[in-house]
Amino acid sequence: MTEFFQQLINGLAFGSILALIAIGYTMVYGILRFINFAHGDVFMLGAFAGFYLAPKIATVFPLPSIAGAIAVLIVSMLICAALGVAIERLAYRPLRKRPKLTVLITAIGVSLFIEYAGQFFFGAAPKKFPDILPVLPITKIGGLSLNSNQLIVLAVTLILLVALRFIVMKTKIGTAMRAVSFNPEAAALMGVNTDVVISFTFALGSALAAAAGILWAVNYPSIDPLMGILPGLKAFVAAVLGGIGNLPGAALGGLIIGVTETLVSGYISSTYRDAIAFAVLILILLVRPSGLLGKKEIEKV
Amino acid sequence: MNILRPSIICTVAFTIAGLLTGCNKPSSVPGAGDDTIKVGEFASLTGSEATFGQSSHNGTQLAVDEINAAGGVLGKKIQLLTEDDQSQAGQSATVVRKLISSDGVVAILGEVASSRSLEAAPICQQNKIPMISPSSTNPRVTEVGDFIFRVCFIDPFQGTVMANFARKTLKLQNVAVLTDVKSDYSVGLAKFFKEGFTTTGGKIAAEQNYSGGDKDFNAQLTSIKAANPDGIFVPGYYTEVGLIALQAKQLGLTIPIFGGDGWESPSLVQIGGAALEGDYFSTHFSPQASTPAVQNFVKKYEAKFKDAPDAMAALGYDSALILADAIKKTGSTDGTKIRDALAAEKDFPGASGNITIDANRNASKPAVILEIKNGAFQYVQTVAP
Repeated sequence: MTEFFQQLINGLAFGSILALIAIGYTMVYGILRFINFAHGDVFMLGAFAGFYLAPKIATVFPLPSIAGAIAVLIVSMLICAALGVAIERLAYRPLRKRPKLTVLITAIGVSLFIEYAGQFFFGAAPKKFPDILPVLPITKIGGLSLNSNQLIVLAVTLILLVALRFIVMKTKIGTAMRAVSFNPEAAALMGVNTDVVISFTFALGSALAAAAGILWAVNYPSIDPLMGILPGLKAFVAAVLGGIGNLPGAALGGLIIGVTETLVSGYISSTYRDAIAFAVLILILLVRPSGLLGKKEIEKV
Repeated sequence: MNILRPSIICTVAFTIAGLLTGCNKPSSVPGAGDDTIKVGEFASLTGSEATFGQSSHNGTQLAVDEINAAGGVLGKKIQLLTEDDQSQAGQSATVVRKLISSDGVVAILGEVASSRSLEAAPICQQNKIPMISPSSTNPRVTEVGDFIFRVCFIDPFQGTVMANFARKTLKLQNVAVLTDVKSDYSVGLAKFFKEGFTTTGGKIAAEQNYSGGDKDFNAQLTSIKAANPDGIFVPGYYTEVGLIALQAKQLGLTIPIFGGDGWESPSLVQIGGAALEGDYFSTHFSPQASTPAVQNFVKKYEAKFKDAPDAMAALGYDSALILADAIKKTGSTDGTKIRDALAAEKDFPGASGNITIDANRNASKPAVILEIKNGAFQYVQTVAP
């Protein structure tokens, strides 16, 4: 039983990182109805922003420390928010009136561009992510080993999700986001500046991806320019699983994928990990085609 | 999906490039034109096993420079043409095809990783171009054909060495094995270790797998912890081994972790840090060994690269030296003649020990066991074949 709970904690820590990435996919889909395939690469850029920032921040806050780690996290989130806005402005906005497929292919292009520009500028060899958090002794609760990093991942994810919920439900810009997601034309007629709302959505999603990148790098301190491909793909699956366009759905989907993969690796075989995780996705989509928490959309003809 | 795309583009691009240059080139004697002898090298200069490729390449380059400074071979200088396969599957076949068909090399040196040597070997065999792998230890590499050689020991020997070390020196009873199922090297070494460990009375407590490129090993390590072993054998590459050691310590596993020559890289300790203290691995060479051949090589390498050589550097160096020696002995750059001369090499004095090529074109030579102590690799013992 101890082993099962340990696996559950492993899975939740892994899944909550996926959840943070999945929210970015789902927010952009909710507003623009297209998949931003470059999102996984913004996650990678977040980790590299942290990598290059850490030595600079260490001159202000000595690293590893909690204050320093928070500074690295926030500055990386700001940098990636700006990058997300820039990607939207340069690559997607000029195509907004074009067919969705054009934007989708552009997104794949942007993704490959970031990956290989990353290999050019950062080098292809994996880099050691600096220790930004103090390593606390392992807490043992009845045979369970809780390490500080896993707990921090869970805590930061929870705080960010609550903050996101607040922004979307209680603020003016959040209300505008929901209005644009519901009907962009009607929202524009009511005086909502859709350009600002879309830029804000990209900023928010990219900041969460950067946070996921930092949390990932703290847990798995070996980073490379192609590290975003697989987590990005899995987070996309998580977003679809939870019901694309639905924020709590994306978080739930991330946790389900994380826990399923960990349990399959732990109890069956890691060789079948991805196969089984994707089989679960297909099964859920067969029963609920719009995802776990997604609403059925009626196409008007 | 994304991973496949660039390799397809490169394959197409190189095929076209190969066709174009192939058509334009006058049909001279391959590689023996002008005043140089062209030797091809393919290595993982970038990507996940970059430190292997770079070390191996440095060693090879050092040997070629030395040979040329001493007047070259058959009165000609050796020209080393190096291609990067980016540590990616599919790339080595492409670059080796290019080296043979468009550059016209007389022999191929490479690779460290067995999976990538296995990709290139059939191409060399078909074209009757001798290939010397400096440090691929999977037995299947040289089984491809009679043009494929290596200057390192093979995994059945390495697996047995580590099994005996675990049983006799570490006195382990029950070990877990964590294998990279994507790597021919890892799967092979795990198999030979398990055979060696169980025939000497040990038990395999748990077997878990991962795929090269994974970052999260908590699931596998938690299962291993539940099986309560007294050691973990991880026959993987340094990129993942560092993370595995870190996560094992975070889960409260304090038992020794040990593995093979895939561990040997400065990046291992950079990533794994203190979590690796007291862990062991087997390899081909230690710069701390006191024999004159080793010390001579270490001095030359440090003078050129300002860094201590590792096993991959020593083997890269030996692969180029033994090739030059074979060309010298046979007096020709013909592939079949070089092969015959290589097959007859006996007690060749290399930096990584004396190399005798056996009937299966493998080198039979001793292994070294190193311990990770204070973030550095410490020599423990040498095991003769």
